[in-house]
This record gives sequence, structure tokens and C-alpha cells, in this order.
Amino acid sequence: MMTSLSPEEWMIISLSLRISIVAVLAVLPAAFALAWILARWQFPGKLLLDAAVHLPLVVPPVVTGWALLLLFAKNGPIGSWLFDWFGISLLFRWTGAALAAAIMALPLMVRALRLSIEAIDRRLEQAALTLGASPARTFLTISLPLAFPGLVAGMILGFARCMGEFGATISFVSNIPGETQTIPIAIYAAMQSPGSEMLVARLALISILLSLGALIAAEFLNRKITGRKLDDGTRH
Amino acid sequence: MALDIDVSRRVGPRDIAVRIQSVAGITALFGPSGVGKTTVLNMIAGLIRPDRGHIQVGDTILFDREQSIDLPPHRRDCGYVFQDNRLFPHLRVRANLLYGRRGPIAINLNAIIDLLGIGCLLDRWPATLSGGEAQRVAIGRTLLSNPRLLLLDEPLSSLDGSRKAELLALILEIYRQTAIPILYVSHDERELSALNAHIIALAGH
Repeated sequence: MMTSLSPEEWMIISLSLRISIVAVLAVLPAAFALAWILARWQFPGKLLLDAAVHLPLVVPPVVTGWALLLLFAKNGPIGSWLFDWFGISLLFRWTGAALAAAIMALPLMVRALRLSIEAIDRRLEQAALTLGASPARTFLTISLPLAFPGLVAGMILGFARCMGEFGATISFVSNIPGETQTIPIAIYAAMQSPGSEMLVARLALISILLSLGALIAAEFLNRKITGRKLDDGTRH
Repeated sequence: MALDIDVSRRVGPRDIAVRIQSVAGITALFGPSGVGKTTVLNMIAGLIRPDRGHIQVGDTILFDREQSIDLPPHRRDCGYVFQDNRLFPHLRVRANLLYGRRGPIAINLNAIIDLLGIGCLLDRWPATLSGGEAQRVAIGRTLLSNPRLLLLDEPLSSLDGSRKAELLALILEIYRQTAIPILYVSHDERELSALNAHIIALAGH
């Protein structure tokens, strides 16, 4: 069954990977900033921000896709602005699929990042400050490295969510082969047409392998980072 | 270098107040556990803001409520050796030592490594160090940041008997070689007499 991939399958897989990777990388700075604000700041309306960030997690994905459609249509509030100023439209484009995936991955990434930011020992940041490190240097050399395992976990979780994204994507950018037809959408489309059982099975297997691969890579990376500090130099 | 400190801060139901006027040398802040000694060090290092008062080390005013001076901790040059050493777990001993390095310093890297006996630890991770080793590395890291004042918060508390005497002798030697004024916090009178320190008693309220 698993001979080489057909050009069509390869197109579907590479499109899915491109959309997911772009979505995770694009949303990462926003996710980190939101996680930092939620973990460290106290301000009125924090609960509201927290709820807004989690909205895509609890709202039906189709509704999220519909909301994106309203906002980014050529006469929508954001879509008209994008079109007038930059001449671009995300509708029915792979960039739109990446946006939908990013929005759906955001809450999961913020959760993972927030946990790791809250786990940073703030006494270490204080120590860095008393050693003369500026707040920016303290952030880059102490806070960020200590939050790194959570950063990796958040990115993998977000990537897996993007690879599986279906509802928001299909209602926002539809099902266009080569442009917005990701693996889940292709599986769904193939299930509707008789005689495509093999394509469904192959794509399903590939999506499982990709998710598994991401998980293993994350675990490996995490062990490499946290494990090495206890492995060596224990002689006395 | 003279210390001129007069600060207070309300923490919960208690007023933590201290006045230190000391010409130089080793000053000891003495009092029972929970009386607020660490809070005083945190105020001097800039980690906690006093409600009122002033902090001056030599010619430099670190904090003055009336003049609205409040230097942030990274500009105070107060070398703070915490009770719990606070070595950075993701950096090896060498990188920990060099983290706050600023020149020109009163004593160079090799001299500090020799003095503290930590030459064989440079490539180790902090998690693999014993309490005494970690405390010596923490002292070395602080000295290399070229502080104008050394704040030592019960540096012997995690050590056993013979190690205590060793580190005490080391602190005296550090003072002899660098002449950096030391503010030493302890609840143990024997340590203070060994250091021949100018003692400030902090009483509970």
C-alpha cells in the first residue's frame, strides 16, 4: 500500500505542512506576549482577555470560520482595509487557511506557554538583576531559556492542532485543491467520492505518522535540554 | 566606604525598620528568624521598595524617598549572595561565574577561583554541586560583578560544622583582599564574633 506518494498526495501533504508551519511561527510571538501578560500582569479586564484568548477553543470551529469570513471578506472591516492598502485578500488562499489554523492553535499555545512562564523561578530573575543584568538581558538570558521547554511543547501542540484543523478552514477558505485543501479536508472530500478508499487510508496514515513524528521530536528535544544538566560531571 | 541606611517598610501587621551607620568593614544584621533581616537586604538591593527613608553607600545614593531617587536593582551594584544561592540551572558553573562580570574588578577571575577553591567545578552544572560548593560559586559570581557592597544572607545556613568555619574564614579573606564593605545577616552570634563585625540588632515588634 505504501509505495511512493502520488503528485496529488504530495501536493496535499506539502500544503498542509506549509500552512501549519507558517501558522505556528506567525502566531508564536503573539501567543508568547499574551501568555506573558496573563502570567505576569495584574490588571482589570484580565479575565476578559483570558476568555477572549480561549474563545476559539470552545466556540464551534465552523463559527470561528464564519466570523473570519465576515471580518476578512473584501467588504469586511479587516478585509477591506487589507485590500485597499495592500491589495491582498486572504479569502480562498492558503494564507487564509494559515490564519484560520493560527487562530485555532492560539489558545492551546497560550496555555502551554503560560504554564511554563509561571514556572519560571522569579528569584533567578532577581539574582540576574542584582548581578547588573538589565531587564531585557535578564529576559533573554534567564526567563526565555527557562521557559524553553514550554515553548517547544506549545509549538508542537499548536502544530498538531494546525495539521488537524478542519471546520474553521473549510468555512473560511473552502476546499480548493492546491490552495486550501489540507490533509483533513482532502480526507473528507475523498470520503464523499466512491472508489477513493485507498486515498483516504493513505492520507489518514500519513497524518498519524506526522503527528507522532512531531510528538517524538518534541520529547527528544526536551530530554536533550533538561537531561544534560544532571547527566555529566557528577564525580566528586 | 560608609554605609548610611535608614529605611522602614510595613509588611503585613509589622513595621520592619532599620538604621545602619557604619564607616566600613563588616557590618552584621543580627536578630531572630522572621524579624525581617532578608527584607532589609531586599530593600538595599532594590528588590523591595521601602516606605520611607534613604540608602547611601559611599557617595552614591541608591534610594531616597524625599529626593525621589530609586535606582533599579541592576544599577545598584549591590552584590547579593542569597541564602538559597540561586545559581542559574541552565548555565554551567563557568557561565554562572561570568554572568555579571564587569571590570575593572578588585580581584581577578583566577584569583577568585583559587581563593574559593572552585577550579575543578567550572564545567559542572549547578544541579550537581553540593551545598557548600554551590554557595562558594554564588559568592564568586557576586564578587565578579564588581559590587560596591556585599550583601550576605545567612551564607552558612546550608552548611555543616566544619564547612561553616571554612566559609567564615573565606569571607574574612575576601574582605581582607577586596576591602568591599560587607553587610552580613545572621541569627547566630558565634558567626558574628568570628567575623569581628559591627553588630546591628534587629528586634521583633
